[in-house]
Amino acid sequence: MPTPDLPASIDELQQRLLALDYVADRQLATAVFLALKLQRPLFLEGEPGTGKTEIARTLSQMLGRELIRLQCYEGLDLAGAAYEWNYGRQMLEIRLAEGTHADRDTLAGQLFSSKFLIQRALLQAIDPARQVPPVLLIDELDRADEPFEAFLLEVLSEFQITIPEFGTVKAVTPPIVVLTSNRTREIHDAVKRRCLYHWVGFPDAARELQVLQRRVPGVAQQLAQQIVGFVQRLRQVELYKQPGIAETIEWARALMQLDALVLDPAVIQDTLGVLLKYQDDIARMQGGEAARLLEEVRNAARVPV
Amino acid sequence: MLVAPQHSPGRLAENVMHFARVLRSAGIAVGTDRVQLALQALRIAGFDSRPDFHAVLSTCLLDRIEHKDLFDQAFELFWRDPDLEGRMRAMLLPKVRAQAALTPEQRENRRLGDALFPNPRSDAPQPEPDESMQFDAAFTVSEQEVLRKADFDTMSADEWRAARRALSMMRWVFEPLPTRRAEGSPRAGRVDWRATLQTMARHGGELGEMRWRRPRPLPAPMVVLADISGSMSRYSRMLLHFAHALGHAEARVESFVFGTRLTRTTRLLKSRDPDVAVSQVVKAVEDWSGGTRITTSLHEFNQRWARRCLSSRTTVLLISDGLEHGDTKALSSEMERLAKSCRRLIWLNPLLRFEKFQPKAAGIRAMLPHVDRFLPVHNLDSLEHLVRLLGSPDGPGRLH
Repeated sequence: MPTPDLPASIDELQQRLLALDYVADRQLATAVFLALKLQRPLFLEGEPGTGKTEIARTLSQMLGRELIRLQCYEGLDLAGAAYEWNYGRQMLEIRLAEGTHADRDTLAGQLFSSKFLIQRALLQAIDPARQVPPVLLIDELDRADEPFEAFLLEVLSEFQITIPEFGTVKAVTPPIVVLTSNRTREIHDAVKRRCLYHWVGFPDAARELQVLQRRVPGVAQQLAQQIVGFVQRLRQVELYKQPGIAETIEWARALMQLDALVLDPAVIQDTLGVLLKYQDDIARMQGGEAARLLEEVRNAARVPV
Repeated sequence: MLVAPQHSPGRLAENVMHFARVLRSAGIAVGTDRVQLALQALRIAGFDSRPDFHAVLSTCLLDRIEHKDLFDQAFELFWRDPDLEGRMRAMLLPKVRAQAALTPEQRENRRLGDALFPNPRSDAPQPEPDESMQFDAAFTVSEQEVLRKADFDTMSADEWRAARRALSMMRWVFEPLPTRRAEGSPRAGRVDWRATLQTMARHGGELGEMRWRRPRPLPAPMVVLADISGSMSRYSRMLLHFAHALGHAEARVESFVFGTRLTRTTRLLKSRDPDVAVSQVVKAVEDWSGGTRITTSLHEFNQRWARRCLSSRTTVLLISDGLEHGDTKALSSEMERLAKSCRRLIWLNPLLRFEKFQPKAAGIRAMLPHVDRFLPVHNLDSLEHLVRLLGSPDGPGRLH
């Protein structure tokens, strides 16, 4: 079955994402569209829980491509990200060669051939043997360190990796690359220059409601509106870490599990841990603060829109 | 409705380039490759609405969220204001709308106003009197001793110059902490399989010698939080020179100053010449003469910067006299949060210059339990002591 085409316009992209339950605002859809058309990597920065990883997953589903995910962490190096030699098998090969008395030069050639090369995420993504270029998600790049970013530059610019013992591996068609960052560290300018940049912010009330209704089917209308109203107001409070859309969705699921049809102070107190992840924030919201926000939500609902 | 002008594509390119030039003079670095990218994107994506046009330009020309507000303002002004006709050679809009003269009020608007209407400013700051540094090599040993013990606040002009020079010549060695990256090692430990196999392949499969790796140590990063309240005393200036010297040593140093507000000065202190760097900070920071609000500044640091600058390997240098009025409970909790987010918190207090100093003030008592080290910082000797401390591995734990 042939893979689906790239979208022809920003509108079409938004509709196709919506069909897969991803509600993208216009700016994000524009950035994604440009990344697809210009074949440039897309660099998404933003607070945790705003749907950066999710867009890559949805894109791969939408375009029928495989999703290759590289989760970054401090100390991520070549062996973990790109390739590694299969040392055990190489040693075995040496032992076997001793048995057949092969000469040195052919041994060196055989030892570093592709059958001993373990491909990791980056090499898999640019493998020229692929028929269909995949979607490469490099998640949380800010957790990796600067030497890794320097290595990534070669991959992102030319979509090729140079393996000293082996040769250069270059992609036939560039993969669709999405990089995400939670902004715990500044990414080097050289990497950003290669990419199209977009900051993924928290959604407005209308969009958040739409996301909630799509991702948590079966949520009651009034509960959904109250949840969205509460979380939107909660983000105005000065918290150490504001809740993202992911937290809103989890909270809605938790409330449905508790069979809550509307919000009330007691159930909010019980489930604050789903929304807020820092004890200081929870302590701040306990008692009067949460009740006050709930009152505002109720008042807003009474006023006809 | 904006339509991509097929009949005169060159004009669109010129306008976009002008726009990029405006952004550059307003402080947003836009490379020519990004402008090319923007033009390519406009050709391919097309645009049939102003928000789409804005989105395409911001995706291509922006690379950090801090510039977004400035970019949005520049976009509003550039792609609408007919006063710029002299600079915009083609109208993108079909009609020209008369508009009142711009009156930039906010700080960003002033920069934008300067960028859009570059005129020489009538109130140019007076150039600083030229302080030529005379390197007097005739300091005897005893004079050097006196210099090291001399309090920054009460130094003479000559001593001040010599002290600045001594500061810039200090050797800074930061404590190396092991990281998860590896480097080659001569000693046995973890095996470096790749290098071993390469050696074996070169020698036809014979295991000549094993190659080893060890964790590579990198200098621990540092954050400097300096209190610069009070009048522009020599003391605060010396702190800035100190922060500049730290920043040009080997490690990653982020520096902030605070008085009534917190200001990030890392980039301002990047210039090689310490005097230039300090004068940049002086220009940028506006609250020299106010008092200090330690709690508010620490709170702002914890909210906005802590997650980006601090890690489990960072050392924080807090330079303040600790005399905070008002509620000290909040101060204590902010200090606790700061201490828990970093590896060690070193408090440098100039009040320790007095030998009989007792921590009696409420602010100082609130802050003291959360710090790992409490040190003086009033003369070159104390700075040298600090340097030695920074270079050595961790001593005994927290004070209380």
